[in-house]
Amino acid sequence: MSPFATLLLRDVKLAARSGGSAALALSFFALVATLMPLGIGADLRLLARVAAGVLWVGAVLAALLSLDRLFQGDYEDGSLDLIALAPLPLELTALAKIAAHWFSTGLPLTLLSPLLALMFNLPPTPTLVLFFSLLIGTPAVSAIGAIGASLTLSLKRGGLILPLLILPLLAPAVIFGAGAVSATMDGLGGQGALELLAAFSAAAVLLSPFAAAASVRLNLGG
Amino acid sequence: MISSLTAENLACVRGDKRLFESLSFRVRAGQALAVEGANGAGKTSLLRLLAGFLSPVAGRVLVKTASRESDDAEERGRLVGWLGHLDGLKPQLTVLEQLSFFARLYGRHADPAALETVGLGRQADLPCRYLSAGQRRRLALARLLTSQRPLWLLDEPFAALDAAGQRLVAQLMLRHCGEGGIIIAATHDPLGLGNESLKL
Amino acid sequence: MNWLFRYANPHEFMRLSGAILPFMVIATALAFAVGLYLGFSVPPDYQQGTTVTLMFIHVPADVVAEMAYGVMAVCSLFSLVWRHPLSDTAARAAAPLGAIFTALGIVTGALWGKPMWGTYWAWDPRLTSFLLLLFLYFGYMALWNAIEDETRAARAAAILALVGVVNIPIIKFSVDWWNTLHQGESIVSGKIAPVYLAPLLIMMLAYVLLFFTLWMVRIRTAILERRATALMQRGAP
Repeated sequence: MSPFATLLLRDVKLAARSGGSAALALSFFALVATLMPLGIGADLRLLARVAAGVLWVGAVLAALLSLDRLFQGDYEDGSLDLIALAPLPLELTALAKIAAHWFSTGLPLTLLSPLLALMFNLPPTPTLVLFFSLLIGTPAVSAIGAIGASLTLSLKRGGLILPLLILPLLAPAVIFGAGAVSATMDGLGGQGALELLAAFSAAAVLLSPFAAAASVRLNLGG
Repeated sequence: MISSLTAENLACVRGDKRLFESLSFRVRAGQALAVEGANGAGKTSLLRLLAGFLSPVAGRVLVKTASRESDDAEERGRLVGWLGHLDGLKPQLTVLEQLSFFARLYGRHADPAALETVGLGRQADLPCRYLSAGQRRRLALARLLTSQRPLWLLDEPFAALDAAGQRLVAQLMLRHCGEGGIIIAATHDPLGLGNESLKL
Repeated sequence: MNWLFRYANPHEFMRLSGAILPFMVIATALAFAVGLYLGFSVPPDYQQGTTVTLMFIHVPADVVAEMAYGVMAVCSLFSLVWRHPLSDTAARAAAPLGAIFTALGIVTGALWGKPMWGTYWAWDPRLTSFLLLLFLYFGYMALWNAIEDETRAARAAAILALVGVVNIPIIKFSVDWWNTLHQGESIVSGKIAPVYLAPLLIMMLAYVLLFFTLWMVRIRTAILERRATALMQRGAP
């Protein structure tokens, strides 16, 4: 098994065994989807219009929950030192962790989204677009989140400023992702938005490992 | 694999404190260097510097292998077998899973025999949360052996071990040097390998 | 590049900045005096009436808000790549200034937009982008404050600033796209009448001079603070 796959699988295994960060993220996502209508009212037409935005923001926030531990766990117990000395370049290490985070958080959130969309009375076609937008966009959340996670990995309460650091950077994902659904509901077709989202995600996944690796090196040298 | 490691005029700063300067030494294949000093004197910093985590404020570290001579920190890191203060063990993974993970990460095969060598042969499927401090250290040693790296940087290798454990460490260190490896260890106890020691 | 490194020495910087600071202050004051006079004596716009004078306060603020981030990013680059010693201090000093100009731009933009939109906040794409920029500044300052070790904080903040500067065009593009999707309103449309151009440019110059003056003062203050701390550590009276 390649070193990359080894690290990826270990992180997924750890997430699964430690009470499941997936369960936490899914619960949070579902709670947001439950609280919002309690705040907005049960007007089904209104809920259908806001579904995309609410669910996209909910998914982003849910994915954020486990981000601060992305590197911090390994940093605190000394594993990160050992991982950094392995033949695997630190950029690929970051990429493996991003992928593991997506598998254990972004992907489950995406899979739950159609059910939550149902609660918001979202019609089938926009729901499908929402599903794909989350599928394409959540990798960007993990990738950009990893930058924030690596910058704050030495902080005890790093989880507090992590959202402040990365939420502005994730605005394009929310805009294109939810925008694809809105465009579909307005009859304009969501393809353009999905393409923009795909470009954003691809760029995020390709470039974030470099920033994350630089931040990890910075923190290991302390 | 490494014929020698030479430190030239190393200076290290931590925060505002000058830990050491003009530090020079050379360790050859088969040799061990003990680094002694009070707590906070910079032993761990020196080890981290040698591992490539820290950059020296001045000086450099030259590593000579059969094919080349280089002072590149990242290259040097690929030659390091690290035993730090922290164990690097995940409570949820079993002993064997932990060892396999690091073995494969380092491009090696997980060898259950390594567990036998350190006396953890019967604990292979035990989750690491149930290991005692001494057992954790032994697992770290098994990991060190499995990595098959020539340059061992050990931070307090005898800590948290009983007499049997300490004998094991000494034995493994002797064997490593016998096979041509290099050891640099921060320790309060003398290594008893008849080699040099460095005081910080 | 070497001349830049000569002024990396805090002593040299203090010397040089001390010499030009008085001129900077005078130039800034002059530019503001001229710009404000011209701005207020300008004929009212046929569409916007006298609120057009807000443009002279708002637009330059926006320009400096973005420029400040660019300055921060350049300093961050110098810090990371060339390890230029003063650049960390310089980057950190620029951030609160950038945030203030951004906030000023947002508030004046809201005031300017109220007569047109009927409300202070109509999610105009430019103002929305600047709101996100304000958060980026907050994040940058928060990171500096959160990390204890100054050297580490400096480098982490530098990485964040560079990540931000790459993202800002993308964020602006996405907010503009969002605006066209939801068919919202926009503040400034079309060209600016020539009679407004002169005061606008002079005000922009004034704001830029103000930024650099304040920035220089902040860097000098930071250097002096560090000296004072060092003296106290050594137990000087």
